[in-house]
Amino acid sequence: MLHSLRQLLRHRALIQSLVARELKARYRGSALGVIWSFLNPLLLLLIYTFVFSVVVPGSPSRQIEHYPLFLFCGILPWTWLSSSLLESANVLVAGGALLRKVLFPAEVLPLVTVFAGLVHFALGLPILIAFILYYRVPITADIAWLPLIVLDQLLLTIGLALIVSSLTVHFRDLRDLLSNVLTLAFFATPIVYPLSEAPAWAQTLLALNPFTHLTVAYRETLVMPGLYSGWPRLFALGLLSLAICGVGYFVFDRLRDTLAEEV
Amino acid sequence: MNAIEVRDVRKVYRRYGRRTQFGTLKSALLSRGRTHDLNQTTTFEALRGVSFDVAQGKTFGIVGRNGSGKSTMLKLIAGIGKPTSGEVQVHGRLSALIELGAGFHPEISGRDNVFINGMMLGLSKREVATRFDEIVAFADMQEFIDAPVKTYSSGMYVRLGFSVAINVDPDVLLVDEVLAVGDEAFTHKCLDKFADFKRRGKTVLLVTHMLDLVTRFCDDAIWLDHGVTRAHGDPKRVIDAYRLDVAAEENRSMAAGTAIDATRRGDAPTDMSTAREGRWGSREAEILSVEFLRRDGTAAHVFESGEAVEIRIRVRAHQRLTDFVFGVGIFSADGVCCYGTNTDIEGAQPAEFSGDADVGFHLDSLALIEGSYKIDVAVHRRDGTPYDYHRQLHTIRIASQWKDTGVFRPPHRWTFSSGIRITGL
Repeated sequence: MLHSLRQLLRHRALIQSLVARELKARYRGSALGVIWSFLNPLLLLLIYTFVFSVVVPGSPSRQIEHYPLFLFCGILPWTWLSSSLLESANVLVAGGALLRKVLFPAEVLPLVTVFAGLVHFALGLPILIAFILYYRVPITADIAWLPLIVLDQLLLTIGLALIVSSLTVHFRDLRDLLSNVLTLAFFATPIVYPLSEAPAWAQTLLALNPFTHLTVAYRETLVMPGLYSGWPRLFALGLLSLAICGVGYFVFDRLRDTLAEEV
Repeated sequence: MNAIEVRDVRKVYRRYGRRTQFGTLKSALLSRGRTHDLNQTTTFEALRGVSFDVAQGKTFGIVGRNGSGKSTMLKLIAGIGKPTSGEVQVHGRLSALIELGAGFHPEISGRDNVFINGMMLGLSKREVATRFDEIVAFADMQEFIDAPVKTYSSGMYVRLGFSVAINVDPDVLLVDEVLAVGDEAFTHKCLDKFADFKRRGKTVLLVTHMLDLVTRFCDDAIWLDHGVTRAHGDPKRVIDAYRLDVAAEENRSMAAGTAIDATRRGDAPTDMSTAREGRWGSREAEILSVEFLRRDGTAAHVFESGEAVEIRIRVRAHQRLTDFVFGVGIFSADGVCCYGTNTDIEGAQPAEFSGDADVGFHLDSLALIEGSYKIDVAVHRRDGTPYDYHRQLHTIRIASQWKDTGVFRPPHRWTFSSGIRITGL
């Protein structure tokens, strides 16, 4: 763990440049360029809002005030997690030439996808703030918890990305499995519905999903009225994320020597 | 002080086609041994116990045929992959010219790629910045450095990659056959850079098929063959041994390929010098075999330029002949007649030929440049009607340490008056 942190620090300039390259390369040649970073979550939000309040004006949207805002709080961090994991599943195989030909710290590659996701997430935050202002939801001191929530998610995502990226090299089926698992996880996380709406037995199951707690935390600090009281859970989640990070690093490190031969 | 130490290194690869290295998730995470439990049919041993040291400041060459394990060795030294058993140690900063420009992103500019590539190779951002101008100047890319890399030609791509890698300023430089890619001018620039490295006491490990490069540059060399060391030591000796072995193998394959039985039916072509390969003639006299002999009498198909050779033609007259001419022609691979003669041209008067006999055509110096040559041999009447004509049925190869051009290599020497000092001739 300590070693992994040192590694991270040593390569931070490289990671920085690679993230910048990723973003630059992504929008090169598109007319709207970086505006897509804002547009993508906005369009996604539009679709979900349309579906859940016009097409199926069912239970969740009716009872929740400012449903688009509620939805956005869940979708924005979810997009970060899912896109990071989906890309990590591919990143080592795609970077195969690099691993085979250049002595290169392989963990940099999944880290870059996670951090690139973080940048997109950060670019979505102003839109979220704009929504909050639009709905005249008061911004409270609770927002100070936001960095800790983001840190929790960052650690969790890094841990999972390390596991996914290195295992996919050996077990390519994981890639297809992963997209299905992520779809399941999307609905097993209270993103389109509030946690309180789920039946009691389901709530117990949902509580096992660390991302449930993250989503709830984002929501309670940003849009729910009243003082945020879930912070002990936030610290517990931090420890869990750290542990997953450690497991991720262990798995990656175990497989490191075999990566160059297998990609 | 050794810069590189290689101790009894073995590297076993799995043959491709097997599904995966690990059968289960559990084995991936728990089992230490990676290939030792696999049996012979599923593995391929690329290196079988190779050891050598490279002293600091020395230039070391690795030669060998394709598939001999050279590149595997280089990768292990570069730290890309671990030996199955044995030990590799490198002291000092290392840079590997293996795949140039690996990791260039096609969509972004050469400038950004230089920074990222440099950092991948272990430089800090500031270090890249201070070397940036030098890198771009060496690659001769000032004009295009801000264009996206996808618009580069493959030569530009490689030049820029080379320039970044070499400007990392390593203590140990690994070079894998990269000199073959640039144009002449760039190759010279690279060689100058290597010489400069050498002067500054850096260690260079060179894997190449350009054997003269090894004899010219290296202090020490190793010849790998199917994963084992065939020779190790003085480059000249190692290269000679390697060349001999390659020549011996070529001899074997050429001897196997000689098609003396390729008899063609029908009339002989009127102009033999432009005819296709084949064999014609009425066979009152017959050529039984053609051999190419070195000075010591051994038969061969590969000769050094300038070596003495005897073309020995074994002939048989099925009846007593009084009208006969023996001829020999040497043609380059693209069909140019380098030399042709016969006994009639040279004024010989045939008297009698009967039974079995040998005809020797002696060349004191095979004054040809490097390449393959087709040999015509014939016995015919003085009016040209063939008894037995072998058109391009025999092949020899000339190996030369010089890359001179032309049709033949006349024996020559250079002289220089005072005022010119020159060495190596």
